[in-house]
Amino acid sequence: MADNKFAAYICSGCGIGDKLDVGTLEKIAKKEGKIQDVKTHPFLCSAEGVQLINDDIEKEGVTHVCIAACSRRAKTEAFHFPTAVMSRANLREGVLWVIAEGEAHDEVRQEMADDYVRMACAELKKMKLPDGNPNHGGNKRILVVGGGMSGMTSALEAAEAGYEVVIVEKQAQLGGWGAKLWKRVPFKAPYADPQNTGVAELVSLVSSHPRITVYLGSHLAETAGAPGRFNIKIAQESGAVSEEAVGAIVQATGFTSYDIAKLPELGGGKANVTDQAGLEALAQSANGAAIKRADGKEIKSVVFLQCAGQRDETGAHLPYCSGHCCATSIKQAMYFKDNNPDINTVVMYQDLRVPGMGEDFYRSAQNKGVTFTKGRATGVESTGATCTVNFRDLILDEDTSVSADLVVLATGQVPSAGVDLEAWNPVVMAADNGSEDAKQKKAEMQKISILNLNYRQGPDMPQFKYGFADSHFICFPYETRRTGIYAAGPVRRPMDMLQATEDATGAALKAIQAVENASLGRAAHPRSGDLSFPTARLEGCTQCKRCTVECPFGAIDEDERRFPKFNEERCRRCGTCMGACPVRVISFENYSVDTVGAQIKSVDMPDEFSEKPRILILACENDAYPALDMAGLSRTVYSAFVRIIPVRCLGSVNTIWITDALNAGYDGVMMMGCKKGDDYQCHFVKGSELAHYRMSKIGDTLSQLGLEPERVVTHEVAITDNARVAQYINDYVAQINEIGMSPMKGFV
Amino acid sequence: MSNQNQQAVARYQNNFLKEVEDRVEDGDWVKMCMQCGVCAGSCPLGDAWEHTPQKIFMMIRAGKREEVLKSDAMWMCTSCYNCIVRCPRKLPITHIMHGLANYAHRMNLAPQRQPTRVIAKIFWDNLVKTGRVNELKFSLAMYFKDGFSQGIKNAMAMQSAGLGLMKAKRLNPFEIFGGHKCKDSSGIKKMIAKAREIEDRKKGYTPL
Repeated sequence: MADNKFAAYICSGCGIGDKLDVGTLEKIAKKEGKIQDVKTHPFLCSAEGVQLINDDIEKEGVTHVCIAACSRRAKTEAFHFPTAVMSRANLREGVLWVIAEGEAHDEVRQEMADDYVRMACAELKKMKLPDGNPNHGGNKRILVVGGGMSGMTSALEAAEAGYEVVIVEKQAQLGGWGAKLWKRVPFKAPYADPQNTGVAELVSLVSSHPRITVYLGSHLAETAGAPGRFNIKIAQESGAVSEEAVGAIVQATGFTSYDIAKLPELGGGKANVTDQAGLEALAQSANGAAIKRADGKEIKSVVFLQCAGQRDETGAHLPYCSGHCCATSIKQAMYFKDNNPDINTVVMYQDLRVPGMGEDFYRSAQNKGVTFTKGRATGVESTGATCTVNFRDLILDEDTSVSADLVVLATGQVPSAGVDLEAWNPVVMAADNGSEDAKQKKAEMQKISILNLNYRQGPDMPQFKYGFADSHFICFPYETRRTGIYAAGPVRRPMDMLQATEDATGAALKAIQAVENASLGRAAHPRSGDLSFPTARLEGCTQCKRCTVECPFGAIDEDERRFPKFNEERCRRCGTCMGACPVRVISFENYSVDTVGAQIKSVDMPDEFSEKPRILILACENDAYPALDMAGLSRTVYSAFVRIIPVRCLGSVNTIWITDALNAGYDGVMMMGCKKGDDYQCHFVKGSELAHYRMSKIGDTLSQLGLEPERVVTHEVAITDNARVAQYINDYVAQINEIGMSPMKGFV
Repeated sequence: MSNQNQQAVARYQNNFLKEVEDRVEDGDWVKMCMQCGVCAGSCPLGDAWEHTPQKIFMMIRAGKREEVLKSDAMWMCTSCYNCIVRCPRKLPITHIMHGLANYAHRMNLAPQRQPTRVIAKIFWDNLVKTGRVNELKFSLAMYFKDGFSQGIKNAMAMQSAGLGLMKAKRLNPFEIFGGHKCKDSSGIKKMIAKAREIEDRKKGYTPL
């Protein structure tokens, strides 16, 4: 590439020119920012303004563009220059719209704008144009693990979108649970009657699809590689092993039904007490005629016990609600009522939960005469001829009983998510240390593994709550911590068939997005399309392994010399490794310790007696920065003493930035990241949590500098917190004023 | 137990829900209750009832025939319609309550001295005689419903109000002798008899 040429463009539109002295900004960009070419335009995002920049890039050889106008989140389509490096100074949302009106504030407002121009110029100087990851695979085939409703839907959706699909199913036929049902809960209005499952049709579509390859009676013996270049070994029942190359994986391995043998108190194991799957089998064998018991007796009365072994607070059974079972029992009660309205059907519930349009289905069952009793079963007796359900009526508040020919227990879904990595890792460590017991246990555990990944983090994806497969539950449901591997259907949370098909469709689209991005060397979600990737300056590396351990996505391995080895395709570009590195050798072309460090140092620091504190805010660009922008949109006023730098994730914040800022005389540092913990909202799962942890350790540094601990604070912010962020800022400025100005000013 | 009641018990054999669906005004709505309890929470007199509508519906489904029909609950309804307005399942709860009260009365299981039942009965008997409500006789019947001496006491207590009404020509003492009637008393009586006959047929009652 030719020499770098820097240019800055200042927009005076949207009132920027009225409230700010644009001449000063130009001067700063030129003199302090050392930008060769500085131009002002009254309407920079207009076709004409954009043309001006494009012409400079094409004809004048400009390689680095600084745009001082609106937020980097605004006008992204106009300011899109793929061949140039770009930094943005946020004068509109970051200054104009948030700093109080009036002449009294003119000086601080101008100072803030001046600093943002300085920062954008300083950042630009340190940035390089990312080239994309050169070591990428280009395989666009998609592997679907599991041939049930979810798996088949995923496969078909991907195949219909033009992608080749491989299905691996451990049973000898496709269909999964769906094939075992007599009918399914309706998907469409009027939600009144059970419908045909449609599984047979789906099986034939999948089996005959030219782009779908099906392996039956098979499992994954090994999965190696990364998005765009997975190599999988498929072990077949015959003992043969086939190899396939794929670009992304959808894990739709479903669930097993909770074992009713564990529910003896509800009659589990006794005659004429069955689970929902058992009733489906009876209904299938009746084939539309009156349903008979296993002993051949025609059923005249049936009781469905909801939440059997579910929503259990004692710890003995499943603690969660499986979501589908109320509607399933309603459907099964209709099997009887539709055949003969005189059959007495009782659904005994504590809370009837029918998500989606299930309420209509519930009402239809009431219309058909299904009795709904709010009660808690205390015991089920079976004489062989008849069953008696003893229960507490929760409305009438009395103990009573009802007898029935058949009792159906609505048991829950237990995910088939493979090996629990939290149990796996200690076993592996013990096995590596030579324990024979552990070696045997490891081999046992490996048998239940689904993916058999050869990743150093373990053979399956991490598990979320209650043993369900990983999921970014709140924001991106199909995303897991294994890039390019997506969980769909009841394996990631309890759900019904309709939800599973929607889930499967979503996961198929995520897999397509992953293979497309991987084939271009770009990042997968959530920085989809990002061309930058992390590199480490290994000569400075101390092999401390923090990056390999802290990477939320297991993207970093160790090479034979124990240096970090990046699997760029698995990397999400969050920069958590960069934040972790104590010797600061990890960087991205356009985001590094230097790009942020230079911004921090470029700010003009007023002296101790100016009564103008300076507070650095490192704001997560996913939630906190948009919230700050929205504070601007709603004209929520905050202090002009803050200088805000967006970061990819709070996890990418390296403590050197904090030290640098405090050394440079900043009076406080505030970090704003996403919600951490079990119900995290961090786009990169662990980034926010790691940042909080690292900052909790920063007290030593502060005391070395002789500073108060309040000089560094961390907040959890959601994208909707536009009013709250302003409040945080103003409260913190007030607090800093109380503590007093930093004694560190003027030394650097 | 009345003959009518015995016949109903024999006919529905513990399926009280079916009996209510067949014989109680709007009774076919009872099965649609989803036990949310909004009616119970909305009723301004809820605390005064033996059973809330929610409980009544649950008791019907549980087959508690005697308990439901002997309850004072449906007699306590003031027809404020709060429950109907709020019921998320759109059950005509007020109407069902009146239907149940009427049915309990027909089955002769309703509480005998329940004031609402007493006033309703006095009103009805007064009305069907001539086709018009005779206010004087109605008032007197109300005064004397708890016995002769209590009736005298009640009448004495209301003496000045009565005289005032008489002066204002709002009360004619001669109404005590038959009183004014509608033009075709016997026609009214036939009409009511016919209506009852139709109702009995529809609901499968044996005629009274």
